[in-house]
Amino acid sequence: MFEDVIYFDNAASTRLDERVLEAMKPYFFDTYAVATSQFGYSLGIDARDALDDARARVAAALGAAPEEVIFTSGSTESSNLALKGVALALGEKKGKHVIVSRIEDFPVLHSARALEKQGFQVTYLDVDEDGRLDLDQLREAITPETILVSVQAANQEIGTLQDVAAIGAICREKGVLFHTDATHSFPRVPLNVRETPVDLVTVTAHLIHGPRGVGGLYVRKGTSLVKWMDGGFQESNLRAGTENIPGAVGFAKAVELVTPEGTARLQEMRDRLIERLLQIPHSRLNGHPTLRLPHNANVSFRFVEGESILLHLDMRGFAVSTGSACFSRSLEASHVILGIGGNHERAHGSVRFTFGRFNQDRDVDAVADAISDVIEKLRAISPLGKE
Amino acid sequence: MPLPYSEIVMEHFRHPRNVGRIEDADAKSIEGSPACGDMVAVYLKVDPEELRITDVKFESYGCASNIATGSIITEMAQGKTLEEVKAITWKQASEALGGLPPIKTHCSVLAVDGLRAAVQNYEERHGLVKKRVPTTVEVVRKRLKRVMNPVVGLDLVRTNLVEEIEVTDGTVRVVIDLPPDHQFAANIREEIMEKIEPLWDVDKVAVEFTE
Repeated sequence: MFEDVIYFDNAASTRLDERVLEAMKPYFFDTYAVATSQFGYSLGIDARDALDDARARVAAALGAAPEEVIFTSGSTESSNLALKGVALALGEKKGKHVIVSRIEDFPVLHSARALEKQGFQVTYLDVDEDGRLDLDQLREAITPETILVSVQAANQEIGTLQDVAAIGAICREKGVLFHTDATHSFPRVPLNVRETPVDLVTVTAHLIHGPRGVGGLYVRKGTSLVKWMDGGFQESNLRAGTENIPGAVGFAKAVELVTPEGTARLQEMRDRLIERLLQIPHSRLNGHPTLRLPHNANVSFRFVEGESILLHLDMRGFAVSTGSACFSRSLEASHVILGIGGNHERAHGSVRFTFGRFNQDRDVDAVADAISDVIEKLRAISPLGKE
Repeated sequence: MPLPYSEIVMEHFRHPRNVGRIEDADAKSIEGSPACGDMVAVYLKVDPEELRITDVKFESYGCASNIATGSIITEMAQGKTLEEVKAITWKQASEALGGLPPIKTHCSVLAVDGLRAAVQNYEERHGLVKKRVPTTVEVVRKRLKRVMNPVVGLDLVRTNLVEEIEVTDGTVRVVIDLPPDHQFAANIREEIMEKIEPLWDVDKVAVEFTE
């Protein structure tokens, strides 16, 4: 039924790659045992080997040692563990101050709010109109009470990349732990933890054509982190629960399938689309023009509303996303567009296009043609923008 | 398709009726603002003898719920008397559309308010308001809540731009806390005039700006 959908919402989730599914299959049907120690039964030892191998490969993509990566149920859990785990470890010992950016995605933002309710103090750092963090403001915000800085590697909506290395250097200098949510950038935008001073990194599988329900958290050796979901001793005793071995194997395969060539192709499509969209009158790019995710284009169109654009595009077979309040479950305009100094109107008419491996080059012109036409139609019925 | 909207809503969204602007309208209204999300403009042509709508058009800066409601209520209003139009409720519009998702109620109500405000605008302009409430500072303030501050997209009152309101012998004086050469000053003045001038006991509206 949805064969003909041209999907540009790959930052929400992606279509699984068949090669990932093939890699996972044996761990559902053949090697389905839980991972056991080397003293266990053969099936469990094989399962353990597969898990170790998957861990080593995901870790390698970050330049990390295998034991520094734990598997989780996804980036929401990873970021919750990073923020709450550090708070549990250091809150009483060192201090109750946490710093995050204003435009973090909900797992970090809402974990920070949850900590506030527990008596922690949270500083929400501003970003400039491109979505970049003010490093001086960060430096000034850090106090002796600060235990963690959490700033995303790339933004979920507008695609802006942060200077993770510079942020990490400041945190290192001040002796504060640094977590980055790399959900949207890993592994397309390289991040090597051997070269970059970062202590915790959130990653996920389902945005790179891997399975849903599996993610990871890089935990630099020696980082103070307390497990907060109680259960067994899995994942270096940091994350309880029976290991999702098919998921971990699928995650590793999905990482392996991301290549610089593939990423360059996404970037070409992105640039072509942005060029086409900015030819539409009264349009503007949201996010940094160059320091942005290779697969993200986000443009606001004045005088028209995002949900209407989205529905019209859906009728023509295109799937996109918007920061309009009308589209969100909470009826709140995008906190990211407001965070970069945009008003409600700019959020109202913002449209996000995110590319994936299964998009074709020709789809770019097709969606550009379609949206030009939709916007012209909606502007014709809008009370704004005339005279 | 698994959309939250009924087939009728989608039909009106795809092909909205009575869309556009009536240049020589006898009455018009603008409800909402880009800040609240949606905005709707309604234009009327009215037969002054029969007090019957001869033409109605609307414009929408809004979501599917807003567009579809604007479409159906203008269809319902076409050819009706002003009294009949005033009796059209949101519930009737919503039922005619086969229902709307609860979360989308306000966008839809806005379109119905737009139609009512246009009728009210006609009545005020043509001295048809029967129960005449004298204009007070509060009446003016209420109306200014429907004028938006384009800088942030919220209304003038909420953004504390209204520094002073004075009502004396048919003259309304409004002081807006913006410099007179502000890029939106002319625009705001015009919008205030449109909202206040039609009041039955108002002869003169003075919009002033601070330095």
